Amino acid sequence: MSTVDAEILSTGAGDLRPVERKAGRRVSRYGGRWVPYVFLLPYLALFATFVLAPIVIGLWVSLHVWDFTIPRKPWNGLGNYKDLFDSQSVVGPDFIRSMKATGIFTLFSVPLLVVVPLAVALLMNAKFKGRNLFRAVYFAPYVLGVAVIAVLWRYILDNNIGLLNRYLGAIGLPDDIAWTTSTPAAWFALIGVTVWWTLGFNAVIYLAGLQDIPAELYEAAKIDGAGRWQQFRNVTLPGLRPVLMFVVIITIIASANMFGQSYLITQGQPGNETRTAIYYIAETGLKNFDMGRAAAMSFILTLCLLVLSGLVMLAFRERKGASR
Amino acid sequence: MTAVAEGTAPLTTNPDGRQTNRRPGGAKRALQYTVLTILTILFVSPLIWMAVTSFKTQADAIDPTPQWIPAHPTVSAYDTMFGSADTPVLRWFLNSVLAAAGQAVLVVATAALAAYALARMDFAGKRLIFSTIVATLFVPAVILIIPNYIIVSKFAWLDSLTAVIVPGAASAFGVFFLRQFFLSLPSELEEAAYVDGAGPFRIFWSVVLPLSKPALATLALLAFLTNWNDFLWPLYVLFSAEQQTLPAGLATLQNANAVRYDLLMAGAMIAAVPVLLLYLAAQRFVIEGVSRSGLKG
Repeated sequence: MSTVDAEILSTGAGDLRPVERKAGRRVSRYGGRWVPYVFLLPYLALFATFVLAPIVIGLWVSLHVWDFTIPRKPWNGLGNYKDLFDSQSVVGPDFIRSMKATGIFTLFSVPLLVVVPLAVALLMNAKFKGRNLFRAVYFAPYVLGVAVIAVLWRYILDNNIGLLNRYLGAIGLPDDIAWTTSTPAAWFALIGVTVWWTLGFNAVIYLAGLQDIPAELYEAAKIDGAGRWQQFRNVTLPGLRPVLMFVVIITIIASANMFGQSYLITQGQPGNETRTAIYYIAETGLKNFDMGRAAAMSFILTLCLLVLSGLVMLAFRERKGASR
Repeated sequence: MTAVAEGTAPLTTNPDGRQTNRRPGGAKRALQYTVLTILTILFVSPLIWMAVTSFKTQADAIDPTPQWIPAHPTVSAYDTMFGSADTPVLRWFLNSVLAAAGQAVLVVATAALAAYALARMDFAGKRLIFSTIVATLFVPAVILIIPNYIIVSKFAWLDSLTAVIVPGAASAFGVFFLRQFFLSLPSELEEAAYVDGAGPFRIFWSVVLPLSKPALATLALLAFLTNWNDFLWPLYVLFSAEQQTLPAGLATLQNANAVRYDLLMAGAMIAAVPVLLLYLAAQRFVIEGVSRSGLKG
C-alpha cells in the first residue's frame, strides 16, 4: 500500500523531482546521530499516540464487549463483527441500514462531485474578466463549514415554509415535498447540499491541474486537426489523470464520511434511512457507549473504503497502460 | 496563448451584421458569462437569505411569502444570541479561534521539524518512518474516533479544548507537504551556513524556516480551516455549553430551537461572518493553498 501511495502522492510534483534527486545524495552531516530523532520526536509522539496506537487499540476494543461506562470489558472474539451481520442482533439491521445509507450517498454524490466541478473548472479555465471573483464565490461555501451550511439549508429545505418549496410552488410544481423527512427527496436534498457545499473545492483543484497542462499540447492537437471534444479526450483528460484520481479518492472518502449534513438536516429521517454509517458509529460508540461494536463497525467501514480506494487506483493505472 | 488562436480564427458575421473575430468574445463568451452568473446566484442567494433572515422577527422568518427585505427589521435575534447564558456564542467563537489556531501552530511546528529531518537527514529507520506516515494518509479518520475517545478520556481531556486541539494535530499530510517543499529548496544556503559553523537547529531556524514562509502559511491555513470546520469530534467530546466550538454550538442551538429560524440564522451568521471576512481578505491565498494541496497531497 505504502509504495503505491508514495508514487501517487509524488504526482504533480514533477517539477520537484530533479531537485529531490540532487538533495537525496547530499548531506549526512547535520550534527550527531541523535539529531534527526530530536527533529522527529514531537511529531512522532503525536503520531504514535493519536494515529498508530488508536488503530491497534481500536482493533483490541472491537474484540471485546466494551461498554465505556462499565469497568469489566470481557473478551468477545469476533462476536461484535458477527453481530453486525446478524439480522437477529440489536445492531445488525441498523448497521446494514446505515451502510446502505452511506453507500447510496457515496454512489450518487461522487459522480456528481467529480463531473460537475470539472465542468465548472473547464468553464473557468481561460483568462477573462472576473475569473478570480467567480472562483472565489464558488469556493466560499466550503470555508463556512458543514454546520453553518447545514443549519442554513435545513431552513431553506423546511417542508412547510422553506424557500425551495415556496419557489417550486410558485412555478407550478409540487410545493409540499418533504425534503428532510422522506426518501428519496431527502437524498436529493443531502446530495444537492453537499454538491453546493464542496463543488468549489474540487473545482479549484481541477483548475490548478488544468493550468499545469502545457498550452503547446493543445496547439499541437489543433494542428493535427483535433476538435474541441478530441482535445478534451486526448489532451485534457490524460493531462488531468493524477488530479482526477486524487479528486475521485478524496471525494469517495469525504462522501463515505458524510455526517454533518445527515445529523443536522435530516437527523437520519425517515426512520434512520438517511443515518449514515459514521453517524451510527458515533451514536453507538460515543452516545450509547457500546464501543466494542462501534469499533468493529469502523473497521468494516474502513476496510470497504480501502478496497474502494484500491480499486480506483487500479482503474486509473490500467487506463494509463492502455493509452500507451 | 489565445493570440495564436485569434490569428487563425476565421472572421464570421454576427446576426446583427457586424464582423467579429471568432474567439471567446462573441456568443460563446456570452454563454459562458450567463452560466457563471447563474451559478453565482445559486451560490450567493442562500447566503443572502441567511443574512436577511437573521434580521427578521420570529414571525417574519417563517412567513410563507419569502421576505427578501424584512418587513420588520430587527436585531432581536442577535440580542438573544449574545444575551442568553444557554448560547454563549462569543465564548464559542473564542473557543473555535483558540482550537483552530492552537492546532494550526501544533501542526506546523511538529510537521516542519519532522519533514525537515525526512527531507535532509540520513538516519536509520528513515524509509520505514516515512512510508508509515504516508500509508496513514489514506486511512479514513473514522477508524480513530472510538479509540481516540478512550485515549482522550484517559488523559482527562474530555470536555476541554485540549481534546479538540491535540489529537488531530498529528498531520501526516503536513509532513508530506512540507517534506516536498523542503526538497524543492536549493541546499546551497544550508551548506553555506554549515560551513560558517551553524548547527542543525540553527540552520533549520535561521535559514530554512524563513525560506519556507509560504508553505508554512499554507499548511497553517489548511490546518486552521480543517479544525474550524470540524464537526463530529467536538460534538461528542465537548459537553458543557461553555466549552463548545461554533459548529458544535450551532448543533446545540438547532436542537433547542428547531423552528426559531431567526435565531438559527443569527447563530449561523455569527459563525459565518468572521470566516467570510478572513476569506475575503485572503481569498487568493486560501484558494491557492487548497489547489496546491490537491496537487501535492
